[in-house]
Amino acid sequence: MKFLRDQLDHLKHNFEKGGKWEKFYFAYEAFDTFLFVPNSTTEGKGVQVRDAIDLKRLMMTVIIAMVPCLLFGIWNVGEQHFLAIGQAATLSEKIGVGLMKVVPIIIVSYAVGLGIEFVFSTIRKHPVNEGFLVTGMLIPLVMPPDVPLWQVALATIFAVIIGKEAFGGTGMNVLNVALTARAFLYFAYPTDISGEVWTYLGDGAKTVAGYSGATPLAIAAQSTGNVVNDLNTFGTGWADGIYSLKNLFLGVMPGCIGETSTLMCLIGGLILVLTGVGSWKIIFSVFAGAFGMGLFLNAVGTNPFTQLPAYYHLVVGGLAFGAVFMATDPVTAAQTETGKWIYGFLIGIFTVLIRVFNPAYPEGIMLAILLMNVFAPLIDYFVVNANKKRRLQRATV
Amino acid sequence: MGKFIRLKKGFNINLAGKAAPKISEPEIADTFVIKPTDFQGTYMPKPVVKEGDIVRAGTALFHDKRHENVMYTAPVSGEIVEIKRGEKRKLLEVKILADKKMEYESFRKYSVSEINNLPVSEIKNQILKSGVWPNFIQRPFGVIADPSATPKAIHVSAFDTSPLAADYSLIFKGQDQFFQVGIDILKKLTSGAVHVNVHSTSEISTVFSQVKGAELNKFSGPHPAGNVGVQIHHIDPINKGDLVWTINPIGVIQIGKLFINGVYDASRIVALVGPEVQNPQYYKTYTGSAINKIVKGNLKNDHVRYISGNALTGSNIGASGHLGFFDHQLTILEEGDKYEFLGWITPSPKKLSFHRAFGLLSFLSPNKEYALNTNVHGEPRAFVQTGVFEKVLPMDILPTHLIKSILAEDIDEMEALGIYEVVEEDFALCEFVDVSKHNVQEILRDGIELLQNS
Repeated sequence: MKFLRDQLDHLKHNFEKGGKWEKFYFAYEAFDTFLFVPNSTTEGKGVQVRDAIDLKRLMMTVIIAMVPCLLFGIWNVGEQHFLAIGQAATLSEKIGVGLMKVVPIIIVSYAVGLGIEFVFSTIRKHPVNEGFLVTGMLIPLVMPPDVPLWQVALATIFAVIIGKEAFGGTGMNVLNVALTARAFLYFAYPTDISGEVWTYLGDGAKTVAGYSGATPLAIAAQSTGNVVNDLNTFGTGWADGIYSLKNLFLGVMPGCIGETSTLMCLIGGLILVLTGVGSWKIIFSVFAGAFGMGLFLNAVGTNPFTQLPAYYHLVVGGLAFGAVFMATDPVTAAQTETGKWIYGFLIGIFTVLIRVFNPAYPEGIMLAILLMNVFAPLIDYFVVNANKKRRLQRATV
Repeated sequence: MGKFIRLKKGFNINLAGKAAPKISEPEIADTFVIKPTDFQGTYMPKPVVKEGDIVRAGTALFHDKRHENVMYTAPVSGEIVEIKRGEKRKLLEVKILADKKMEYESFRKYSVSEINNLPVSEIKNQILKSGVWPNFIQRPFGVIADPSATPKAIHVSAFDTSPLAADYSLIFKGQDQFFQVGIDILKKLTSGAVHVNVHSTSEISTVFSQVKGAELNKFSGPHPAGNVGVQIHHIDPINKGDLVWTINPIGVIQIGKLFINGVYDASRIVALVGPEVQNPQYYKTYTGSAINKIVKGNLKNDHVRYISGNALTGSNIGASGHLGFFDHQLTILEEGDKYEFLGWITPSPKKLSFHRAFGLLSFLSPNKEYALNTNVHGEPRAFVQTGVFEKVLPMDILPTHLIKSILAEDIDEMEALGIYEVVEEDFALCEFVDVSKHNVQEILRDGIELLQNS
């Protein structure tokens, strides 16, 4: 380690003020601090000791929480591939197909996103923030397995530049960056991100008889009878019970790479809540909001989708993934503790509302979170005002 | 009757090196220093002594331009050896070479019955010229109190919850009579009550528990329960236009001694603490004492930081430094100027954190003592994580929003969010737990000064 340190110290003066690569100081700083926690000490006045946490560790904890979703997603991409073409395959073959599809997407997402981060940090002269370590992993997890890589790159560029840097960079973005990428694809290439895209079929491969790539949300939206029946009978002949309640929870089904399994999302959510990195208030209230809205629609609704039992809303689509990993993004969520309850609850409500009443967009969670991202400052405004009012009232007593 | 207030939010930083209950009396330090920079709100302090002058304990050294009758006086007798100035001739230090035998400036003595009938002007006059006055801190802003004002209450926090803090029941032992007289005098200075706030779980010294004429309030909970600002918030909060004074028990005792004995007695007991101290214990000395004789031969290594005050709010004074005016402790920490390979992810049982992110294990053993150093453990970054400051500030104040309003220099917003109620020490834990490593206390002081000068 001493050798590495010596090499870095040897290079350092080139990047410091007056050095020949002075412009790239923050790029150097990012690498240096990745390898070594700096030797900087606290200032002469103020706190003399600091907490052992830093932003890197915080972000790393989120990435660790995503690992169950990622690993499951890789396997599931392979599993769905062989299911659709009707071939039996070993575990390693499934993982092989999964890796072949998922790893390039991850590489593209990180390479493009971090590239932009470095460019902006050099132009703007600010440190490279570690936030993209999480975003760069979130983007692949919300992509369909069959998405073209150039679309991943384009979506990442759009999300990082328009979604984040245009607002001033990390910590100042209004919209969740990963969801912005997803929404960009959704609206820019609507035909590419619907229909058969949820399963990787392979070039020219024949699908098994009776195969359909429809997602549970699409089935529910098109249903004319009993949605639960339609879901249970879907896949008969080639994938029996693929949309049964149990399997919807486990997530062995077509969908975005990382968000099919409610179970894996809950494991990730547990990691975030136990480590205190993600707000349990937001996660809980998203589920509560969706369940409450589901119950309400059961009571008053008339079309088949409204009669879908409320608990189904918690396991279909990307609700769990969105609640755990997207809604909890501290930068774009409400920042007051009371605000977090309201914010999460409204996300849950809007998710179900969009799902049930807006046939054009079967997946409601993405739009619900983006919508509430925009409203989060307003929620905070009211919570902060209530705090101010308490102080004012006291003054007049 | 006083109140009983239970606080839940906060965090105790369990540092190794707690002082044993033993008081030594070392040889008197060679030099003593009074630093105008210790006193918030002083404006253009001006010395009234010259180098070479002979002073006694209680002889005026300097005063400031805003309140010229507030005297800052010598804690010990001796010769003025240095008047240190900085940029633009700003007065930084007045240094006294101490006599071996202490001589006191004599002030008028009073009997207890005389004190009860003293007019306020005479009381103030005696406190002002003796040099005891700077113990009064005014809220809002945390500045030296304006002698012409009458506060709505005076608060005395009779315990300290900060890391490795001195035990007040030990360092003020036996001062019952002086404390009582001090409280009697405080009552004459305020239109409202005098509050003495004690900790509910530790044994309360008779100095505080037997006091008459003051409201005795009890607090429970982790640091910052001992911060007087937090206590005021829960007893009788400060609103816009209110004026409140705070004073440390040592100031109350000094007032008592001033009126009973007619001297400015700046003697104090300080705790030498920290993970780098071989035998942490208490020492008897005077305000502004040089620290070299106190620490001599009692350190584990020499690559250390000498901190006057505690690890959250103290100042780095160096090996040849002098204690600050308000400090009861000298904390010694190892300097953390070392690189750590992949230190941002490796789990370690030696690291202390309020957080529980991956690899931070300290939450599993809340009573373990930690030998922390001064490393920052990371780099300054943008504000990202939310809801953490709120967990360590037991007040109905939104710290993140307040800090952001200061950064935006939005004075109306700062007022509305409660800046009148806080000073740096209340936000020290926010600075400690901050993931993005901002200098939260410095930001807060900037905000307070912006408001004061607006």
